[in-house]
Amino acid sequence: MKLYCLSGHPTLPCNVLKFKSTTIMLDCGLDMTSTLNFLPLPLVQSPRLSNLPGWSLKDGNAFLDKELKECSGHVFVDSVPEFCLPETELIDLSTVDVILISNYHCMMALPYITEHTGFTGTVYATEPTVQIGRLLMEELVNFIERVPKAQSASLWKNKDIQRLLPSPLKDAVEVSTWRRCYTMQEVNSALSKIQLVGYSQKIELFGAVQVTPLSSGYALGSSNWIIQSHYEKVSYVSGSSLLTTHPQPMDQASLKNSDVLVLTGLTQIPTANPDGMVGEFCSNLALTVRNGGNVLVPCYPSGVIYDLLECLYQYIDSAGLSSVPLYFISPVANSSLEFSQIFAEWLCHNKQSKVYLPEPPFPHAELIQTNKLKHYPSIHGDFSNDFRQPCVVFTGHPSLRFGDVVHFMELWGKSSLNTVIFTEPDFSYLEALAPYQPLAMKCIYCPIDTRLNFIQVSKLLKEVQPLHVVCPEQYTQPPPAQSHRMDLMIDCQPPAMSYRRAEVLALPFKRRYEKIEIMPELADSLVPMEIKPGISLATVSAVLHTKDNKHLLQPPPRPAQPTSGKKRKRVSDDVPDCKVLKPLLSGSIPVEQFVQTLEKQHGFSDIKVEDTAKGHIVLLQEAETLIQIEEDSTHIICDNDEMLRVRLRDLVLKFLQKF
Amino acid sequence: MPEIRVTPLGAGQDVGRSCILVSIAGKNVMLDCGMHMGFNDDRRFPDFSYITQNGRLTDFLDCVIISHFHLDHCGALPYFSEMVGYDGPIYMTHPTQAICPILLEDYRKIAVDKKGEANFFTSQMIKDCMKKVVAVHLHQTVQVDDELEIKAYYAGHVLGAAMFQIKVGSESVVYTGDYNMTPDRHLGAAWIDKCRPNLLITESTYATTIRDSKRCRERDFLKKVHETVERGGKVLIPVFALGRAQELCILLETFWERMNLKVPIYFSTGLTEKANHYYKLFIPWTNQKIRKTFVQRNMFEFKHIKAFDRAFADNPGPMVVFATPGMLHAGQSLQIFRKWAGNEKNMGTVGHKILSGQRKLEMEGRQVLEVKMQVEYMSFSAHADAKGIMQLVGQAEPESVLLVHGEAKKMEFLKQKIEQELRVNCYMPANGETVTLPTSPSIPVGISLGLLKREMAQGLLPEAKKPRLLHGTLIMKDSNFRLVSSEQALKELGLAEHQLRFTCRVHLHDTRKEQETALRVYSHLKSVLKDHCVQHLPDGSVTVESVLLQAAAPSEDPGTKVLLVSWTYQDEELGSFLTSLLKKGLPQAPS
Repeated sequence: MKLYCLSGHPTLPCNVLKFKSTTIMLDCGLDMTSTLNFLPLPLVQSPRLSNLPGWSLKDGNAFLDKELKECSGHVFVDSVPEFCLPETELIDLSTVDVILISNYHCMMALPYITEHTGFTGTVYATEPTVQIGRLLMEELVNFIERVPKAQSASLWKNKDIQRLLPSPLKDAVEVSTWRRCYTMQEVNSALSKIQLVGYSQKIELFGAVQVTPLSSGYALGSSNWIIQSHYEKVSYVSGSSLLTTHPQPMDQASLKNSDVLVLTGLTQIPTANPDGMVGEFCSNLALTVRNGGNVLVPCYPSGVIYDLLECLYQYIDSAGLSSVPLYFISPVANSSLEFSQIFAEWLCHNKQSKVYLPEPPFPHAELIQTNKLKHYPSIHGDFSNDFRQPCVVFTGHPSLRFGDVVHFMELWGKSSLNTVIFTEPDFSYLEALAPYQPLAMKCIYCPIDTRLNFIQVSKLLKEVQPLHVVCPEQYTQPPPAQSHRMDLMIDCQPPAMSYRRAEVLALPFKRRYEKIEIMPELADSLVPMEIKPGISLATVSAVLHTKDNKHLLQPPPRPAQPTSGKKRKRVSDDVPDCKVLKPLLSGSIPVEQFVQTLEKQHGFSDIKVEDTAKGHIVLLQEAETLIQIEEDSTHIICDNDEMLRVRLRDLVLKFLQKF
Repeated sequence: MPEIRVTPLGAGQDVGRSCILVSIAGKNVMLDCGMHMGFNDDRRFPDFSYITQNGRLTDFLDCVIISHFHLDHCGALPYFSEMVGYDGPIYMTHPTQAICPILLEDYRKIAVDKKGEANFFTSQMIKDCMKKVVAVHLHQTVQVDDELEIKAYYAGHVLGAAMFQIKVGSESVVYTGDYNMTPDRHLGAAWIDKCRPNLLITESTYATTIRDSKRCRERDFLKKVHETVERGGKVLIPVFALGRAQELCILLETFWERMNLKVPIYFSTGLTEKANHYYKLFIPWTNQKIRKTFVQRNMFEFKHIKAFDRAFADNPGPMVVFATPGMLHAGQSLQIFRKWAGNEKNMGTVGHKILSGQRKLEMEGRQVLEVKMQVEYMSFSAHADAKGIMQLVGQAEPESVLLVHGEAKKMEFLKQKIEQELRVNCYMPANGETVTLPTSPSIPVGISLGLLKREMAQGLLPEAKKPRLLHGTLIMKDSNFRLVSSEQALKELGLAEHQLRFTCRVHLHDTRKEQETALRVYSHLKSVLKDHCVQHLPDGSVTVESVLLQAAAPSEDPGTKVLLVSWTYQDEELGSFLTSLLKKGLPQAPS
């Protein structure tokens, strides 16, 4: 049993598990932090961005100045942004049988895998995961395709040149494998390979393995997965939350008794308390708006935004901000808001019971109805007519490299009245801001990451008690910036096995048993005998049938009638099949009884018994036959008289137990 | 012998009051808990005293499953749980859980407030009953207890309708509830995987019907409605609040839009308006088309259909009104009917007496109402027809089929069809009649991987045509059954193996030296036993697999050699074969 680790990003995992005869990919995360090395894609021609100076080497060599631009001491690639794909060389991805998706953030690399590796299997995910995942992909493709960029830089990727670049470009890994965004056609094709599943649904894979998604509490439809056979169980925990936000709570109980628990997707900001961050978000927002400034919230089109809107729904009236317009700008804004209302079955209990009234589960329906929240596909069109300031704008992309957010950064960046509030934890906000420096607008960092923190992890592990824990190496040591915080790592016994990108782990499994079904007819014919109190044995001779990895024992066939001798018999026809196993024997022969039986039932009158060091020798004098009987062995030595030998054999067998 | 027992308390050779008791592997499950539309006395609810004479229902039943929100499937639930007394789990899907209490309350109101029935369940009882409900997702495996699991499949029919698989170990029963096998304007078609249950309990409402295409009926309906409003008439469509009402609304809405009609369409207020909300919020349960397009246009947000006010009934000019209840026996639909029945321009649907041709009706207060309006009966109820039922049986591949929720005569026809065409046993018990099906579940045990792999590796050999025997020992300790190799069994139990060995003296005529005799024996055996491992060892002995052959010269006769053939009991067949082969002597060596 092996785990192939294809991603180095702990919250955007991509692992392949070989379990019994199946090859299962766990998640398909796309590392988008690579885009931070690129210049933003402005929706509207930006003189500032297009006039950034080209970068030249220390010796003044400026051959890269078309590809690399400098902004406030940072160097950026002036090209279509590219993403860091999971490892594609470590294992032949066309052999992957199934892909299990845990949440919509962890499927963004799916088109790269399903469309370009010869993959022919099935992808499993819940309905909200697929629908919202589709929206995230649609938004991404839209953001990038609507700003066509003529230039595609590749010179800088040359290893010899990359060495000369300033960091972080110098240290960027695997740049040669970075790829541009997929197309909508690839997205559709990838999503057509998904089969929808529900929580606690048992899905059989080739009869060998059963996989089951469990609620993970992190996002709409987010799941952890159980991968098990009858005797082995692997739990895959990815992006889980124990906080009460909108999704259904995490199912912890079903993770119990795992042999191996693969743990990924913990909080990226272990020191921040999400509740506190939400409070800070609201107060900073209020402060800015009261002073006549605008608030920009770079965000994904689904997820935390629902919670933020719900907080604002409760907050704006009490804070006297009911007249401040909230704008949500994304090509999928409308879809996201609509979809959130129809997945009642995947929501927490409170929201679910609203649907029974029947009312929409999220209050943003009311915000829209009362015109407090307006949504637009982009800044072009209706938005420019409705746009009023001061206002709050929710828009993507959180990397600040593409999407409508780029426009608002350019528009509002110069005024200190405005504030940008970072709530998504996926990108370092300082790096995200770098190409916009110098910046006058206020920057507030309120990362809201509801995924498990280390205290919750240790509680969880105590609760579910896996035999072994496997996790990304980042979790087995304190974060580099807080190396003294020994509490910010996984602490368990035995210590967690860690992995890093492109590593193959052998999982500590000892498979000993497999399930087999005994047919009722065969079961009826078994003769159990009690060997010890409470323990019975039965010898089984049966025909093994294996089909679709399921094993079945059938009663042995009745001995075939000897075929009438039309065909000339050859000697070799009689050669016995030596693979027919004889039972093992156990027990010992009671010599006296043995001799008595020989005399009484078999008519031997000349039996002589001799004692030896270890047992006895029984002599049948006339038949010139000798039987050595010891505690654990019997040896019959006779002339070639098959009749006699078989009689003696059967008598000996009568006294022994057969296994 | 293990068996599955099924007893309908309702819906046995009848439509209405669905309630079926199933006993499987020691577990007792009640499927549906409906009321009968046709009765107003005790017979309207199933006879729960049948389940247990004395003793609590909670102790006897492991769970109750409700297939969908129609009252003939859930109408007796509060009576059953609160008045008879049941505290165990009641399973249903989320939409059913949402809508069921509303219909129950509506039913209660008509029974108590309008008809003045005493000793009926109360609103509080409905609430308390619903607290016992556990909602299930489609395809989720719900573990009722350690052994009993249930799983819901999509059934179409009405919003949230589900079929249920009930499973204990390898034995299982599938109950379809009501279902339809063709998608309609708002719901998808029922689907089940090849789950091969021991028994499939299916509804059989349309057991003998192969229904004409839905399109035709829809066209017919639209044509008639259109004609009536064209000539200035009013159309009354009595419906139940949930289900067909939404389908017909979608139908009219799209038609109105296409034909650009301005005639008002009304929907009786209250319940039905609310009902549309449920459909909006449970979009994932509707058909694919609605699911795909709901963001652009939610099909349940109607542009042309407005809420109805009682006063509108007297408005002049054409209009279409959907009014509840569907049977035209009370409430708004009856009121409107009274107003409009006298005018032959108007059109209405359904109503048992009117349909049967009766044109003069005696109303309360001995008032006689003459029906001059046109009356049309149109069935849009979504049940599988004979073809659909056969299709579902084919999908699930059950060992036996049991028919409920249909008329005896029609069932008889379908029973024969199923038995002849699908070669599956089919039953159709009446209420209170028990069907017993013996089952023979196979027994799952754990086989040691070593033993299994050894066997499977040999199974891969080319000569594996003949069935080969697997030999092992089954160790039974408590309820833990393990099949291991005999060696392992002995080792685990701390028993020593008893070696049984045979040594036979075979006399051969051969004047040559022992070594040469051995060599002749070797070449002879080598030529006969092609598939065996025959070896000539340096010490002069010969082995065939683990059978040992040694030549010795007895002192008295140099012309004879004695061959000692020695084997263990495990090689019994081979040893026995070798001695008899060698007894025939060695072939003459070619000189």
